[in-house]
Amino acid sequence: MVSDITTQERRELPVTRAERTREGRTYVPNCDIIERESELVILADLPGVRAEDVDVNFERGMLTIQGRVDRSRESGRTFMHQEYGVGDFYRTFEIGEGIESSKIEAELKDGVLTLHLPKSEAIRPRKIAVRTR
Amino acid sequence: MLTHRFSLPMASRFEREMNHLLSSFLDGTPFTTSTPRVFPPINVWEDAENVFAEAELPGLAMSDLEILVVGNELTIKGRRGSQDETNVSYHRRERGTGEFARVLTLPTAVNQEKVEAALKDGVLTITLPKAEEAKPRKIQIKAS
Repeated sequence: MVSDITTQERRELPVTRAERTREGRTYVPNCDIIERESELVILADLPGVRAEDVDVNFERGMLTIQGRVDRSRESGRTFMHQEYGVGDFYRTFEIGEGIESSKIEAELKDGVLTLHLPKSEAIRPRKIAVRTR
Repeated sequence: MLTHRFSLPMASRFEREMNHLLSSFLDGTPFTTSTPRVFPPINVWEDAENVFAEAELPGLAMSDLEILVVGNELTIKGRRGSQDETNVSYHRRERGTGEFARVLTLPTAVNQEKVEAALKDGVLTITLPKAEEAKPRKIQIKAS
């Protein structure tokens, strides 16, 4: 069932968890997951990530979001005051069956990724017409 | 040394989450603040000419923000709206919404007239040119 969505999350990922090809930290993006009648919508905060630097994969019921940021936002600077770390983003969701994976749509605007995951016909709620005699 | 205050009713849930988020940042990271319960977190650095401040504000447009510089105090105010819908269920809601305001005391005097702000991909960068008297000067040493 789609509504039994579960997440696998850690705020900062250990080195082995994220697919590391880059040095530095990786963070778990904050997400909203909204279920509508016909789709699931995932909103993910990916500040500093451009559209060409985000990868979204759906494979065997697992949705993976990866975003890369410009590391010079941290490494090239000597902070007088630092309240957050700059790093890439990585998060995996177990969505399960029931998604039309070929129809997943993604858009990135102002550092927010929006994913539309249409439910497959089989699991959409149906209104059953009740006949009267 | 920078100081900051915060005010305004950010949703407490948001605060808790930011706190949670920040607590993971704290491991091994050289933080200079003792109160990470504020939103948005801000990084500050400088070069010879400018002081820079950066904050992550995904989903905001410039029209959602108000940036003020009075003396050496920088204020960032804004609101992140929610898209509350009826007939939907939230399985997870981590992205905080609501109003926020922060005041930072800048480490040097700045030229208020020439402050610039840019918002790109959810990252706000404010460039604050240092006042003439605050810029480093090379001192000529005369040979006698």
